[in-house]
Amino acid sequence: MSKSNEPIWWSLFAAGGVVSAFFVPILIIIIGIVLPFGLVGDEPFVYERIHGAVSHPVTKLLLFFLIVLTFFIWAHRFRYTLVHMGLHKARSVISVFCYGSAIVGTILTAIILWQI
Amino acid sequence: MGGKEEMKPYRRPVPNTWWLMRRSYFLFIVRELASVFVAAYSVFLLLVIYKLGQGPEAYEGMIELLRSPALIVFHLVVLAFAVYHSITWFNLTPKILVLFVGEVRVPPLLIAGAHYFAWLVLSALVAWVILRA
Repeated sequence: MSKSNEPIWWSLFAAGGVVSAFFVPILIIIIGIVLPFGLVGDEPFVYERIHGAVSHPVTKLLLFFLIVLTFFIWAHRFRYTLVHMGLHKARSVISVFCYGSAIVGTILTAIILWQI
Repeated sequence: MGGKEEMKPYRRPVPNTWWLMRRSYFLFIVRELASVFVAAYSVFLLLVIYKLGQGPEAYEGMIELLRSPALIVFHLVVLAFAVYHSITWFNLTPKILVLFVGEVRVPPLLIAGAHYFAWLVLSALVAWVILRA
Protein backbone atom coordinates (compact mmCIF):
# COMPACT_ATOMS: atom_id res chain seq x y z
CA MET A 1 0.00 0.00 0.00
CA SER A 2 1.28 3.45 -0.80
CA LYS A 3 1.64 5.99 1.97
CA SER A 4 -1.37 8.18 2.48
CA ASN A 5 -1.64 11.64 3.97
CA GLU A 6 -5.24 10.87 4.94
CA PRO A 7 -4.46 10.53 8.70
CA ILE A 8 -3.35 14.19 8.83
CA TRP A 9 -6.56 15.47 7.26
CA TRP A 10 -8.66 13.08 9.31
CA SER A 11 -7.09 14.24 12.62
CA LEU A 12 -7.69 17.88 11.75
CA PHE A 13 -11.25 16.97 10.75
CA ALA A 14 -11.92 15.09 13.99
CA ALA A 15 -10.42 17.84 16.15
CA GLY A 16 -12.46 20.41 14.22
CA GLY A 17 -15.63 18.39 14.65
CA VAL A 18 -15.28 18.23 18.43
CA VAL A 19 -14.15 21.82 18.99
CA SER A 20 -16.80 23.35 16.73
CA ALA A 21 -19.53 21.13 18.20
CA PHE A 22 -18.71 22.40 21.68
CA PHE A 23 -18.07 26.10 21.05
CA VAL A 24 -19.68 27.41 17.85
CA PRO A 25 -23.37 27.38 18.92
CA ILE A 26 -22.79 29.39 22.12
CA LEU A 27 -20.67 31.96 20.25
CA ILE A 28 -23.42 32.41 17.65
CA ILE A 29 -26.02 32.81 20.42
CA ILE A 30 -23.94 35.46 22.22
CA ILE A 31 -22.86 37.47 19.14
CA GLY A 32 -25.99 37.05 17.03
CA ILE A 33 -28.83 37.03 19.61
CA VAL A 34 -27.75 38.15 23.09
CA LEU A 35 -25.80 41.16 21.79
CA PRO A 36 -28.24 42.62 19.20
CA PHE A 37 -31.30 42.14 21.43
CA GLY A 38 -29.45 43.66 24.41
CA LEU A 39 -30.40 40.74 26.65
CA VAL A 40 -27.67 41.54 29.18
CA GLY A 41 -27.21 45.22 28.33
CA ASP A 42 -24.34 46.77 26.39
CA GLU A 43 -21.75 46.72 29.15
CA PRO A 44 -20.10 43.37 28.34
CA PHE A 45 -19.61 44.47 24.75
CA VAL A 46 -17.93 47.86 25.20
CA TYR A 47 -14.95 48.30 22.90
CA GLU A 48 -12.21 48.46 25.58
CA ARG A 49 -13.34 45.27 27.27
CA ILE A 50 -13.70 43.20 24.08
CA HIS A 51 -10.52 44.58 22.54
CA GLY A 52 -8.57 43.87 25.72
CA ALA A 53 -9.92 40.32 25.92
CA VAL A 54 -9.44 39.43 22.26
CA SER A 55 -5.92 40.88 22.02
CA HIS A 56 -4.78 38.73 24.95
CA PRO A 57 -2.39 36.02 23.65
CA VAL A 58 -4.37 33.17 25.23
CA THR A 59 -7.62 34.35 23.61
CA LYS A 60 -5.84 34.72 20.29
CA LEU A 61 -4.55 31.17 20.50
CA LEU A 62 -8.00 29.78 21.37
CA LEU A 63 -9.65 31.74 18.55
CA PHE A 64 -6.94 30.62 16.15
CA PHE A 65 -7.59 26.94 16.85
CA LEU A 66 -11.36 27.31 16.81
CA ILE A 67 -11.45 29.21 13.50
CA VAL A 68 -8.79 27.18 11.71
CA LEU A 69 -10.25 23.81 12.74
CA THR A 70 -13.66 24.74 11.34
CA PHE A 71 -11.93 25.34 7.99
CA PHE A 72 -10.49 21.84 8.06
CA ILE A 73 -13.75 20.14 9.00
CA TRP A 74 -15.31 21.99 6.07
CA ALA A 75 -12.50 20.93 3.73
CA HIS A 76 -12.79 17.27 4.67
CA ARG A 77 -16.56 17.02 4.50
CA PHE A 78 -17.02 19.22 1.43
CA ARG A 79 -14.40 17.22 -0.44
CA TYR A 80 -16.24 13.97 0.14
CA THR A 81 -19.65 15.50 -0.48
CA LEU A 82 -18.59 16.69 -3.94
CA VAL A 83 -17.10 13.30 -4.78
CA HIS A 84 -20.20 11.48 -3.47
CA MET A 85 -22.37 13.73 -5.59
CA GLY A 86 -20.73 12.46 -8.72
CA LEU A 87 -17.52 14.41 -9.29
CA HIS A 88 -15.36 11.27 -9.06
CA LYS A 89 -13.16 12.29 -11.94
CA ALA A 90 -12.15 15.59 -10.38
CA ARG A 91 -11.29 14.14 -6.98
CA SER A 92 -7.66 15.26 -6.87
CA VAL A 93 -8.54 18.78 -8.06
CA ILE A 94 -11.24 18.88 -5.37
CA SER A 95 -8.79 17.79 -2.66
CA VAL A 96 -6.30 20.46 -3.64
CA PHE A 97 -9.06 23.10 -3.76
CA CYS A 98 -10.55 22.15 -0.37
CA TYR A 99 -7.40 21.65 1.69
CA GLY A 100 -5.72 24.51 -0.17
CA SER A 101 -8.54 26.89 0.80
CA ALA A 102 -8.30 25.72 4.40
CA ILE A 103 -4.55 26.41 4.40
CA VAL A 104 -5.07 29.89 2.90
CA GLY A 105 -7.75 30.48 5.57
CA THR A 106 -5.28 29.42 8.25
CA ILE A 107 -2.69 31.94 7.05
CA LEU A 108 -5.31 34.73 6.88
CA THR A 109 -6.50 33.88 10.39
CA ALA A 110 -2.94 34.05 11.71
CA ILE A 111 -2.37 37.45 10.05
CA ILE A 112 -5.63 38.98 11.32
CA LEU A 113 -5.13 37.70 14.86
CA TRP A 114 -1.48 38.77 14.83
CA GLN A 115 -2.34 42.36 13.92
CA ILE A 116 -4.95 42.99 16.56
CA MET B 1 -0.44 -4.16 -9.03
CA GLY B 2 -2.26 -3.62 -12.22
CA GLY B 3 -1.43 -3.44 -15.93
CA LYS B 4 -3.85 -2.06 -18.47
CA GLU B 5 -5.59 -5.42 -18.80
CA GLU B 6 -6.54 -5.49 -15.12
CA MET B 7 -10.15 -6.49 -14.70
CA LYS B 8 -12.35 -3.83 -13.19
CA PRO B 9 -15.11 -4.87 -10.82
CA TYR B 10 -18.56 -3.95 -12.07
CA ARG B 11 -19.96 -0.83 -10.50
CA ARG B 12 -23.66 -0.32 -10.62
CA PRO B 13 -24.20 3.25 -11.83
CA VAL B 14 -25.60 5.53 -9.14
CA PRO B 15 -27.55 8.61 -10.24
CA ASN B 16 -26.24 11.90 -8.87
CA THR B 17 -29.58 12.49 -7.21
CA TRP B 18 -29.16 9.47 -4.90
CA TRP B 19 -29.21 11.71 -1.86
CA LEU B 20 -32.79 12.80 -2.62
CA MET B 21 -34.08 9.26 -2.64
CA ARG B 22 -34.17 8.55 1.06
CA ARG B 23 -34.65 10.71 4.12
CA SER B 24 -31.55 9.24 5.79
CA TYR B 25 -29.42 10.01 2.71
CA PHE B 26 -30.76 13.55 2.65
CA LEU B 27 -30.01 14.08 6.35
CA PHE B 28 -26.50 12.76 5.76
CA ILE B 29 -25.91 15.42 3.11
CA VAL B 30 -27.42 18.10 5.37
CA ARG B 31 -24.99 17.01 8.09
CA GLU B 32 -22.05 17.21 5.70
CA LEU B 33 -23.10 20.60 4.35
CA ALA B 34 -23.60 22.00 7.86
CA SER B 35 -19.80 22.31 7.82
CA VAL B 36 -20.15 24.94 5.07
CA PHE B 37 -22.22 27.13 7.41
CA VAL B 38 -19.93 26.55 10.38
CA ALA B 39 -16.85 27.49 8.32
CA ALA B 40 -18.68 30.48 6.82
CA TYR B 41 -19.37 31.65 10.35
CA SER B 42 -15.66 31.49 11.09
CA VAL B 43 -15.04 33.78 8.13
CA PHE B 44 -17.63 36.18 9.58
CA LEU B 45 -15.96 35.92 13.00
CA LEU B 46 -12.66 36.88 11.35
CA LEU B 47 -14.35 39.94 9.87
CA VAL B 48 -15.61 40.94 13.34
CA ILE B 49 -12.09 40.50 14.77
CA TYR B 50 -10.65 42.52 11.90
CA LYS B 51 -13.11 45.36 12.56
CA LEU B 52 -12.25 45.19 16.26
CA GLY B 53 -8.61 45.71 15.31
CA GLN B 54 -9.53 48.80 13.25
CA GLY B 55 -10.52 50.78 16.35
CA PRO B 56 -13.62 51.83 18.32
CA GLU B 57 -15.49 53.37 15.37
CA ALA B 58 -15.20 50.34 13.13
CA TYR B 59 -16.22 48.17 16.09
CA GLU B 60 -19.33 50.27 16.80
CA GLY B 61 -20.24 50.04 13.13
CA MET B 62 -20.00 46.27 13.38
CA ILE B 63 -22.29 46.25 16.43
CA GLU B 64 -24.84 48.33 14.47
CA LEU B 65 -24.61 45.82 11.64
CA LEU B 66 -25.20 42.95 14.08
CA ARG B 67 -28.49 44.61 15.05
CA SER B 68 -29.78 44.59 11.46
CA PRO B 69 -32.55 42.08 10.64
CA ALA B 70 -30.46 40.50 7.87
CA LEU B 71 -27.66 39.61 10.26
CA ILE B 72 -30.06 38.34 12.91
CA VAL B 73 -31.61 36.01 10.32
CA PHE B 74 -28.10 34.99 9.21
CA HIS B 75 -27.23 34.07 12.79
CA LEU B 76 -30.44 32.09 13.30
CA VAL B 77 -29.82 30.07 10.12
CA VAL B 78 -26.19 29.37 10.97
CA LEU B 79 -27.19 28.51 14.55
CA ALA B 80 -29.63 25.85 13.29
CA PHE B 81 -26.90 24.22 11.21
CA ALA B 82 -24.31 24.52 13.99
CA VAL B 83 -26.64 22.85 16.51
CA TYR B 84 -27.38 20.11 13.96
CA HIS B 85 -23.63 19.62 13.55
CA SER B 86 -23.17 19.37 17.34
CA ILE B 87 -26.03 16.89 17.82
CA THR B 88 -24.97 14.61 14.96
CA TRP B 89 -21.36 14.78 16.13
CA PHE B 90 -22.15 13.83 19.72
CA ASN B 91 -24.43 11.04 18.57
CA LEU B 92 -21.53 9.63 16.52
CA THR B 93 -19.01 9.69 19.37
CA PRO B 94 -20.00 6.31 20.90
CA LYS B 95 -19.32 4.67 17.53
CA ILE B 96 -15.77 6.03 17.40
CA LEU B 97 -15.01 6.04 21.11
CA VAL B 98 -15.49 2.44 22.27
CA LEU B 99 -14.42 2.27 25.91
CA PHE B 100 -14.12 -0.69 28.22
CA VAL B 101 -13.99 -0.76 32.00
CA GLY B 102 -12.45 -4.16 32.66
CA GLU B 103 -14.47 -6.49 30.49
CA VAL B 104 -17.56 -4.35 30.36
CA ARG B 105 -18.18 -1.94 27.52
CA VAL B 106 -19.16 1.56 28.61
CA PRO B 107 -22.75 2.00 27.33
CA PRO B 108 -22.89 4.14 24.15
CA LEU B 109 -25.62 6.27 25.71
CA LEU B 110 -23.32 7.18 28.58
CA ILE B 111 -20.58 8.33 26.19
CA ALA B 112 -22.98 10.46 24.16
CA GLY B 113 -24.57 11.72 27.38
CA ALA B 114 -21.19 12.76 28.77
CA HIS B 115 -20.58 14.79 25.62
CA TYR B 116 -23.97 16.50 25.87
CA PHE B 117 -23.26 17.31 29.51
CA ALA B 118 -19.81 18.70 28.62
CA TRP B 119 -21.47 20.77 25.86
CA LEU B 120 -23.82 22.33 28.41
CA VAL B 121 -21.06 23.03 30.93
CA LEU B 122 -18.66 24.50 28.34
CA SER B 123 -21.42 26.69 26.85
CA ALA B 124 -22.31 28.00 30.31
CA LEU B 125 -18.62 28.65 30.99
CA VAL B 126 -18.13 30.57 27.72
CA ALA B 127 -21.30 32.60 28.35
CA TRP B 128 -20.13 33.41 31.88
CA VAL B 129 -16.65 34.49 30.78
CA ILE B 130 -17.95 36.72 27.97
CA LEU B 131 -21.07 38.15 29.58
CA ARG B 132 -20.05 38.84 33.19
CA ALA B 133 -19.27 42.52 33.45
